[in-house]
Amino acid sequence: MIDRRSFVVGAGAIGALAMGFAPTLAFARAETDRRFVFIIQRGAADGLATLAPVGDPGFASQRGVLAEDFAGAARLDSMFALHPSLATIGELYTRGQALFAHAIASPYRDRSHFDGQNVLETGGAGAYQVKDGWLNRMLGMVPSGQAKAIAVAATVPLALRGSHEVSSYAPSALPDAPDDLLQRVSMLYQGDSQLHALWSEAMGTRALTGAMAGDNGRNAAATGALAAKLLAPANGARIAMIETGGWDTHAQQRTRLALQLRGLDSMIGALQVGLGPLWADTMVLVATEFGRTVAVNGTAGTDHGTGSAAMLLGGGVKGGRVLADWPGLGQAALFEGRDLRPTLQLDAFIGGAVAGHFGVEPGRAMAALFPDAGAVRPIEGVVRI
Amino acid sequence: MVEASIALNRFGLGARPGEAIPADPRKWLLAQLDSFESKPAVIAGLPDRRTIAGELAEYLARVRALRQQGDGPRAVRGGAVPSEDMTGARATAPSESDATMTGRAQAPVDDPVKEARRFAQRQARNYYVDAVGARTVASLLTSGPFVERLVHFWANHFAISIDKLQVIGLGGLLEFEAIRPHVLGRFSDMLNAVERHPAMLLYLDQAQSVGPNSPIGARFGQRGNRRLGLNENLAREIMELHTLGVRTGYDQADVTEFARAMTGWTVAGLSQGPRARFAGTEGAAGDFVFAAPLHEPGDRTIMGRRYSQRGEAQGQAVLSDLAVHPATAMHIATKLARHFTGDVPPPALVARMQADFLTTGGDLSSVYRVLIDSPEAWVTAPAKFKTPWEWSISSMRALGMTTIQPQAATGLLNQLGQPVWRPGSPAGFDDIAASWAGPDAILRRVEAAQRFASRAAGALDARMLAPRLFPAAVSPATVQALARAESPAQALALLLVAPESMRR
Repeated sequence: MIDRRSFVVGAGAIGALAMGFAPTLAFARAETDRRFVFIIQRGAADGLATLAPVGDPGFASQRGVLAEDFAGAARLDSMFALHPSLATIGELYTRGQALFAHAIASPYRDRSHFDGQNVLETGGAGAYQVKDGWLNRMLGMVPSGQAKAIAVAATVPLALRGSHEVSSYAPSALPDAPDDLLQRVSMLYQGDSQLHALWSEAMGTRALTGAMAGDNGRNAAATGALAAKLLAPANGARIAMIETGGWDTHAQQRTRLALQLRGLDSMIGALQVGLGPLWADTMVLVATEFGRTVAVNGTAGTDHGTGSAAMLLGGGVKGGRVLADWPGLGQAALFEGRDLRPTLQLDAFIGGAVAGHFGVEPGRAMAALFPDAGAVRPIEGVVRI
Repeated sequence: MVEASIALNRFGLGARPGEAIPADPRKWLLAQLDSFESKPAVIAGLPDRRTIAGELAEYLARVRALRQQGDGPRAVRGGAVPSEDMTGARATAPSESDATMTGRAQAPVDDPVKEARRFAQRQARNYYVDAVGARTVASLLTSGPFVERLVHFWANHFAISIDKLQVIGLGGLLEFEAIRPHVLGRFSDMLNAVERHPAMLLYLDQAQSVGPNSPIGARFGQRGNRRLGLNENLAREIMELHTLGVRTGYDQADVTEFARAMTGWTVAGLSQGPRARFAGTEGAAGDFVFAAPLHEPGDRTIMGRRYSQRGEAQGQAVLSDLAVHPATAMHIATKLARHFTGDVPPPALVARMQADFLTTGGDLSSVYRVLIDSPEAWVTAPAKFKTPWEWSISSMRALGMTTIQPQAATGLLNQLGQPVWRPGSPAGFDDIAASWAGPDAILRRVEAAQRFASRAAGALDARMLAPRLFPAAVSPATVQALARAESPAQALALLLVAPESMRR
């Protein structure tokens, strides 16, 4: 089934159609029993609404209507509560298999989705400074890393692009009618430079912000189950990336984010169930390009911000904790007077996680994944030894 | 694009499935100049101006009464001319108001003024939606699509924007009453009809302009009533947008003088009682009236010419001069040429149209004939990226639609980004591709096409339809896309967003 649909994508040869059938998957194979999944949240997920600092004295006043979701939410500790949509993830936390990091950010400090995602995926210190993705470079680092390419989605996400051959695989379900129409419109506009350019841009934006909440989370669950199927076999993939969109909640955030998070929760649940005992060897990273404003905007949403939250999930994760050097939500504490101030480095979090998970020396992992990070020290102790 | 396709799409509003392809495209266009139906049944069936303006007058009277019952500061005093509630505060834009959008009553409000306002907004909104529906259906049914397109062109040239309560219900009537009857006539007649229309007089605040030395201005202005005074809005836009064009030699002093000459041009019947009688603004609601007590006395000098007429004749004399001014001819020729030949119209064509405008004294049919006779208008490559309105109408015509629910038509144009009669400024909607060819705009058209096609599928085969819509002008890529479509509905949707359908 995989072979029938698969095609090899050479280094740097990216699929011609920049289509956004979110969520989509991309896989890389490596000679190890360990599995690693990167779920990227495109569009800047609101960390303050995902993992709410309900113990912060400024929380209720700063978040206004968005604080109401946490009125009856169970607290993880004296400070944080998880969004009620995240039941499965909450259970993993209770079992010590979910580790959260808050007030965390990549080195990127501006507020463009495109640039922010570029930094998140390349592992560079700034946008467009590194050409390949850190997940691709990771392939060269994992033990016996003779990574073989296997094909999937319409395009390989930037985080997976690079010198190591990587495959992409499209979910087996046919695109639904509208998506099929969009694809045909792309073909129709191929020879028309004006319409082709406009359409490519429209599709790019759609991919960036497309919803993963579709079909009440079932699409997301199906993607999680599919990822598990492809990661589970002995000769299957070891590294997967799942793209999710729809996190850019500028308006009516409460309803939209609740659906988004339910989708994410279903995806994690399906992944865990599908992997069965292999969950013990699996690490899932959930991260976004940047956070959102602390204050609610005029349309009951939030705008592009800075610090956000990230998650590590899996049987080997030393979880049941929230890593945070909490900066506070008081007006004076905010970054540029509006955003959650980042006090943890996402690079360090990812570097430490990957090093621990694959048993690589932390300094080597940092150098490979985040070559421009300089003196940034990986956060250690995030996996059980 | 061969000539039949150009005539149908660039000049017309798009072909219809059952219609014969014009054998002689030029003749087909010229014939339309002789037999235009200026008041088709669907427009004739709308409520008339007296009805709409009458309800507006009732609302204004009610608000005045409520405020007089109330305490001091808000009570209306003095001025017999259209008062603050009529011409001052801007109405909530209709589509931004839940009350007007849904047509449902909101939770009870204790402020009766607000309640009256909401009621009036709902009333006006209904008239607006019906008028949009009538405009759309007229475009689907017309036997003169070239002239119908010209109506839309002129309505956008003389743009109002239904952003004020007073204009919401009356907006469509400007097109139906002042544009349609004159679309094939003289520019000066259209100009006169437009500048006397209540929608324009209210939209650009002419209705509340008072000459400082007029009987009313002298009497009430001295009492420090700040509401009374000269308003230059309409005078300025007539010069800048309707006639001469921006930066064509007139200056601020000319605008002020013109505004003084125009004082007294107002709308009757929107205030009643002794004050209205004194100001000369009584009469049937919505009618144009020249209210002598508002008119600034004295001669005016505008662009070096002296106007010593008295009363209404003074403003009229200025308008008549503006209507045939060389700058006006240039302005109109440029905009018309841009509409048919491209965002940057060929200067030689513009010059020929301008010359014809000047020699014929602004005979619009004659100018249109120059356009039809010009090779620049028949260039094979598509000249224009369709606006949302143009795309919507051509799509509906392509599917053979002959009717649409008014609310559906209104909503479609809102979603596609060109709400009818609501450009947001007196400059109207842009007529260049850069304003309409955006990524999101294209995506929305694809979504709309999908919806259209899913309803129309079954009756039409896109593969057969394409050469009827674009005779001898369908590209191989489109033919292939239609042939390979997975369903008839998908093929129709693809046809509606094919490059051939996006441009004209």
